[in-house]
Amino acid sequence: MSDTARAEVSTAPVTTGRRRRAPLSEGARSERRLGWLLCAPAVIVMIAVTAYPIGYAVYLSLQRYNLEFPNLVKFVGVSNYQAVLTSPFWWHALVVTVIITVVSVAIELVLGMLLALLMYRTIFGRGTVRTAALIPYGIVTVAAAYSWQYAWTPSQGYLSAAFGNAAPLSHTGQAIGVIILAEVWKTTPFMALLLLAGLALVPDDLDRAAKVDGANAWQRFTRITLPLIKPAILVALLFRTLDAFRIFDNIFILTAGGNGTGSVSILGYDNLFNALNLGIGSAISILIFICVAIIAVLFIRGFGTAAPGANQGGR
Amino acid sequence: MKLRSHLAGRREAAGERAWRRLPGRAGGVLLAGALAAGGLAACGTSAAGSGPVTLFFYNAPDVSGATAQDAKACTAQSHGKYVVSYQQLPLASDGQRQQMARRLAARDSSLDILGLDVTWAPEFAEAGWILPWTGPNLQAATHDTLAPMLDTATWRGKLYAVPDNANTQLLWYRSDLVKTPPKTWAQMISDSEALARQHKPHLIEIQGAQYEGVTVWFNTMLASAGGSVLTPDSKNVSLGKPAITGLSIMKRLATSVGADPSLDVQMENDNRLAMESGTAAFELNYPFVYPSMKADQPQLFKHFKWAPYPQTVAGKPARVTIGGTNLAISRYSRHPQLAYQAALCLRNTESQLRNAIVGGLPPTLVSLYSNPKLFAAYPFHADILHGLQTASIRPRTPLYQILSITISHLVSPPGGIDPVSTERQMVSQLNQGLQGKGLIP
Repeated sequence: MSDTARAEVSTAPVTTGRRRRAPLSEGARSERRLGWLLCAPAVIVMIAVTAYPIGYAVYLSLQRYNLEFPNLVKFVGVSNYQAVLTSPFWWHALVVTVIITVVSVAIELVLGMLLALLMYRTIFGRGTVRTAALIPYGIVTVAAAYSWQYAWTPSQGYLSAAFGNAAPLSHTGQAIGVIILAEVWKTTPFMALLLLAGLALVPDDLDRAAKVDGANAWQRFTRITLPLIKPAILVALLFRTLDAFRIFDNIFILTAGGNGTGSVSILGYDNLFNALNLGIGSAISILIFICVAIIAVLFIRGFGTAAPGANQGGR
Repeated sequence: MKLRSHLAGRREAAGERAWRRLPGRAGGVLLAGALAAGGLAACGTSAAGSGPVTLFFYNAPDVSGATAQDAKACTAQSHGKYVVSYQQLPLASDGQRQQMARRLAARDSSLDILGLDVTWAPEFAEAGWILPWTGPNLQAATHDTLAPMLDTATWRGKLYAVPDNANTQLLWYRSDLVKTPPKTWAQMISDSEALARQHKPHLIEIQGAQYEGVTVWFNTMLASAGGSVLTPDSKNVSLGKPAITGLSIMKRLATSVGADPSLDVQMENDNRLAMESGTAAFELNYPFVYPSMKADQPQLFKHFKWAPYPQTVAGKPARVTIGGTNLAISRYSRHPQLAYQAALCLRNTESQLRNAIVGGLPPTLVSLYSNPKLFAAYPFHADILHGLQTASIRPRTPLYQILSITISHLVSPPGGIDPVSTERQMVSQLNQGLQGKGLIP
């Protein structure tokens, strides 16, 4: 190995994305091998528990496969995808899912930010405030969904009684509203927690300096705090959007997808486990997987360098 | 959730009655059966000298305790050949079906006897999950058994399950409001309108929510008008004019003053509660409402009477949709011959009488309807038997779930029915469902 090459390796800036390939020393190579060996068990487990089921779902989605008709199983290419994409039920479920996702994440972001600021600024009983705010997130979703369901059941629930014995779960629009309410109530604390972590990173000096320069509270929030916590906001939005898009348990308990309130996950579940149609059900699952992948890519592309996973220094 | 949830309610209500010890008339029959099965026990663990074989009996949860007693009695009657272990399935019928389907698809050998809803046998049979009944077992299963129940358990000409209990709806009415019960739907609706004009309780209680119950209502209206959902070979959609007649009456009720304001979300139990609250004059429901009214509203109970289900077409007796449970033997059972014997025991005279009196579930053995022991709990036994003997069955196909979901989405809310176009939509959507293509909503 020549001296110049050695120098190049040692002086290569750490912050650039790609390093030039340089021949590795004996020690480095064996270290790398050890690294792979140490990773191997985890990689094998990951392949067994994620890659295999995903691959199997893709395989099933290309078959006509009804559990009731074991003799009629055959390869049908993409016709299951055609059936799903031409079905009004899929598009209806997708619209419902998108509405629930957009509305609930938007409300959660605003409420979560308020809650995070409150938790950040609280001087006394900080621990108590933070714990209290996190209680909804600590409750099992299904248990919480049942309590919402009882609360909205006419002649049983207090919320139904408060609205003149209303039965919102039997109307499409109102039921979606109740589902969004349950989602927001449940996951706003999670949003607040992620944003709080971001707020903790804002240096107090900057805030004080802006104050000295005469910026008011709103200006300081929009010009100083928001830009600095953008990465935290993005992480929070990405996590919550992906979660909200895959919504299942709240709907399953509240309406079971009745009256046109089913999300794409509910549609997939019903076709897999109620109709026992493994082909169509798997095709729906794969389409949900693709949607989730698109959301993740959009977030990372759309928000550029601040997105989680992008290199710190940018390119 | 679906049809079966009210079974639990019925059993609960009836469970308060003390169980009386019953003579074991069927004991002899069973002993003979057990002897016949003796040779087969060799494949069981008993031959290895490790005690009786355990047979797992999966059925709907029964809070009355009758099913658990059946299991105990049959274990005792097997004289050490087998132990029936009663395993409770989830309360909701969807959950019951899903659990059994999932495990049978995986060839789980720890299920032996399966309690199936009347609509599941074709599906389980087509999938190859349950064994047909043949020879002496078939004879024992069909002897004295209600014919429409056997129909529900028959697929491609073979019997795949033995009927355990049956159920049917009657017209329940307030004799203080209505002197003679209406014979037809048209009469009932006009009686209700007349009561409304006098500002008296006048509502007609029926299941209108988007679930299995509304499919049952539609099927009853259709069959009573002389039609059926599928052709007899289960391959094509039938419907047609009788469907339009049935749909017209459903729509007429939904838009009349007789309709309950919450018709669109009502299930069996909601109807029961509405009738008990005194706002209704008529109720179409299963007999579990009777002991319940007696316990909850003794004043109203004095005027709480029953009559045959009203006719869709005047002069043509109604054909009410049959409900109930059939017992099937899993193909993956390690002891199928013993399982047949145990299933026959679980639905013998003794067990069915116990289930009727303690559990509130109508028997499938015709002779039991003339057994005086049944009369106290079932003053309406003659009407129930007549209803069951002339009953209609729901479409018999492995794709029943898909058809039922399609139908319930089209006929609920009932106010949204447009008889001619709803029928046309139903034909096309059901045809698609029968081809096994497309999604379920």
